[in-house]
Amino acid sequence: MSSFFSYLIAGISLGGIYALIALGYTMVYGIAKMLNFAHGDVIMIGGYVAFTAISTMQQPVWIAVPCAIIACILLGVVIEKVAYKPLRSATPLAVLITAIGVSYLLQNVALLIFGSQARNFTSVVPDDFSVSLGSINISGETVVTILASVAIMVALTLFVNHTKSGKAMQAVSEDRGAAQLMGINVNRTISLTFAIGSALAGVASVLLCSTYPQISPYTGAMPGIKAFTAAVFGGIGSIPGAMIGGVVLGVIENLSKAYISSELSDAIVFAVLIIVLLVKPTGLLGKKINEKV
Amino acid sequence: MAILETNDLSIQFGGLKAVSHLDLKIEKGELYGLIGPNGAGKTTVFNMLTGVYQPTGGTIYLDGVCLNGKNPVEINKLGIARTFQNIRLFGKMSVLDNVRVGFGNSIKYSLLESFFHVGRYRKNEKVVTEKAIELLKVFDLDGEKDTLASNLPYGKQRKLEIARAMATNPKLLLLDEPAAGMNPNETAELMNTIRFVRDNFDMTILLIEHDMKLVGGICEKLTVLNFGTELAKGNTAEVLHDPRVITAYIGEDE
Amino acid sequence: MKKFTLSKPAKDRYITYGMLAVIALVVQLYITYGDASRSFKGLLVPTCVYILAAIALNLVVGISGELSLGQAGFMCIGAYVGSTFSVMTEELIASSALRFPLALLLGGMVAAVFGFLIGIPVLRLRGDYLAIVTLAFGEIIKSVFNNIYLSTDKNGLFFSIGVESKANHEFDAATQVDYIKGAMGISGTPRDSTFLICMVVIFIAMFVMLNFIDSKQGRAVMASRDNRIAAEAMGVNVTRAKMTAFVMSAFFAGVAGVLYSHNLNTLQASTFNYNLSIQILVFVVLGGMTKMRSVMIATIILYVLPEALRGFNLSNYRMLIYAIALIAMMLINNSAAIKRVREFLRAKFARNKNVGGEV
Repeated sequence: MSSFFSYLIAGISLGGIYALIALGYTMVYGIAKMLNFAHGDVIMIGGYVAFTAISTMQQPVWIAVPCAIIACILLGVVIEKVAYKPLRSATPLAVLITAIGVSYLLQNVALLIFGSQARNFTSVVPDDFSVSLGSINISGETVVTILASVAIMVALTLFVNHTKSGKAMQAVSEDRGAAQLMGINVNRTISLTFAIGSALAGVASVLLCSTYPQISPYTGAMPGIKAFTAAVFGGIGSIPGAMIGGVVLGVIENLSKAYISSELSDAIVFAVLIIVLLVKPTGLLGKKINEKV
Repeated sequence: MAILETNDLSIQFGGLKAVSHLDLKIEKGELYGLIGPNGAGKTTVFNMLTGVYQPTGGTIYLDGVCLNGKNPVEINKLGIARTFQNIRLFGKMSVLDNVRVGFGNSIKYSLLESFFHVGRYRKNEKVVTEKAIELLKVFDLDGEKDTLASNLPYGKQRKLEIARAMATNPKLLLLDEPAAGMNPNETAELMNTIRFVRDNFDMTILLIEHDMKLVGGICEKLTVLNFGTELAKGNTAEVLHDPRVITAYIGEDE
Repeated sequence: MKKFTLSKPAKDRYITYGMLAVIALVVQLYITYGDASRSFKGLLVPTCVYILAAIALNLVVGISGELSLGQAGFMCIGAYVGSTFSVMTEELIASSALRFPLALLLGGMVAAVFGFLIGIPVLRLRGDYLAIVTLAFGEIIKSVFNNIYLSTDKNGLFFSIGVESKANHEFDAATQVDYIKGAMGISGTPRDSTFLICMVVIFIAMFVMLNFIDSKQGRAVMASRDNRIAAEAMGVNVTRAKMTAFVMSAFFAGVAGVLYSHNLNTLQASTFNYNLSIQILVFVVLGGMTKMRSVMIATIILYVLPEALRGFNLSNYRMLIYAIALIAMMLINNSAAIKRVREFLRAKFARNKNVGGEV
């Protein structure tokens, strides 16, 4: 029983990371109606910035982590301005391919600078953060991840629902044209959304690399896809959906790794997504859209 | 026997009664108009007749066959074809292909024959192409058969929608605001085309229209809808002079 | 006498067939009589595989208008089925001229069956949801094949998903033959894929697909793409139309997988990840998504160019260049500002032309 709880808690922690990444996907989708395929690679870059700060430049954690977050924000905003903004009126497929191009670009930049081999990442969490509950040992990374994700999700929910900028984001995501007519600065709101999504990616990057202490140019790809899955699972465009989707996915992944098969855990995660979409074609909390005839 | 008959036709969206207790009776060969102010529920009636929406009450009979519970594909095969208020052409297909899609269910050949262009494919395609071009001639579109539908000028797009609907060989043709956005010349030309279609193809036509000149000019009978219920019906001249209709609808216009 | 005229689509088809024939002939002559380098020869079969996978995907993305990110999964099925068949029957059917077409057909058909089964749930979804579910199916297929074990011994066939049950199985060591070895995949597939065979397969695929597009079933697919509601109102069974395109695409992707696996010593499922699907999607989108021929040309350019860069000392930068070129191309083709410039130029040009016409 105690092993079940430790798997469950580790799953929640992984799910917290997925949720942070999924929030980036879902917010950007809600507001720009695009799949930001490069989001996973922004995480990878964040990881490398933290890695460089800690291992190469020997900086303390309290400098390294903000550096990673700021780098992600800058990167996210620049990508939006340079690659996505000119394509606002283009087809979704054109934007998707551009995002894929950006993803390739980031991976190859990392490849050129850091090489293809995985580097060891020094955890940003001190050893004495681990907690023992009876016979269950919870690692410091897990504790910090869960606390950080909960704090961020609460803060984000408050921000979106109770600030002017947050409401502007909701309005733009509901109807961009109407929002613009109401005097909302759409470009600024979209930039802000990318900035927040990327900041969450920055936090996720440090947590992810601390939990699985390695980094390579492809570190962001699979977690990115899984988090994207989580966002769809929860209903893409829905912020609470992304949080629930991320946590549920993380738990399913960890439990199936422990109890069913570690090789097939990815397959199981994706199978759950498919089943959910068959029952609810727009995800758990997604809105149904009817076409007017 | 009436070609189309609805009894007590009603639909409700949540608490909103969009259409209630509508009785329509259209005889073969008639040109029938469904008019009413914006939001009166006219397009909703079309959507029920074509199976896009399922009525929450009442019945629809086409030539004696009950249409309740049938989907749009089945209803088209039974003999109702329509056009759309907001033009819905197959934009990236040629004008000819738009019409040939309409003929799809009247030609038979298997997928395997399509793969290799053998067997019934050749003969059927030849026949269908000839028929399609003939139909395009009626609408004066044969010169643009290889143009992409989305590149046609607006008025011609509306005509192509009618041609495409005719290609499905319907018993009843539903036209949803065919003259919307047309100038007076185009409207006059369209009136002639609609009459021509009715006379030469022996077609029954139900049309929704705002343009009173068009309605008065070609429709023999009218039903006036207001807030989803029937306000008046009967011969065009009588209905258009009905004081209730004038207050509810025409009075507003002038 | 009957006059011989060709319809516009028919004329277009013959141009494509002619192009395929010329490519096949020139390249074959070059590798037979010219001094083609090893790396050039090594590129031929993979290029053909990508062409086939891309034109097959175009049936779904371009013709049917649905974004599918699962093409690699169908290639994976075809590759595994084809390879297993070839390895197991290598002694039984000695002639590769007989065995290979059977492998191609079998691989394609099994992929098509899976295409049908996956299509039932997938085609109920729309847009981005359909995209993510096809991606999910592709990843599931990859993971499952990565864990398949298939062996025989004198007691018969052994099949399992996951290594545990194989470890617990008592084999007759003297007669045990392992065909599929989990993550190690399949080795020893006969190298039956040659450039010419690949071109013949592409030719047949192109022939069937182009004929399909110019048929009532093909028109039904495109009508469903352009306007689902209008298509239904015109009596088109949209679900059936989309399914037809999806299954055909799966079939040819499966065949592409068979071609691929018969060009390798060792086949591993991990090759068929979503990155492969995305790469093929890029070929399709940059090929313009309408004409099969343009998709083919885009595939050749986009696949061969980066590979050609390997030879130069730029090789470290080749994927970087590719990525930048991809972004630049999308921006140039689609950005609103550049569209305005283009329209301005076009309007100016048209006006000049009109003036000229009046004079």
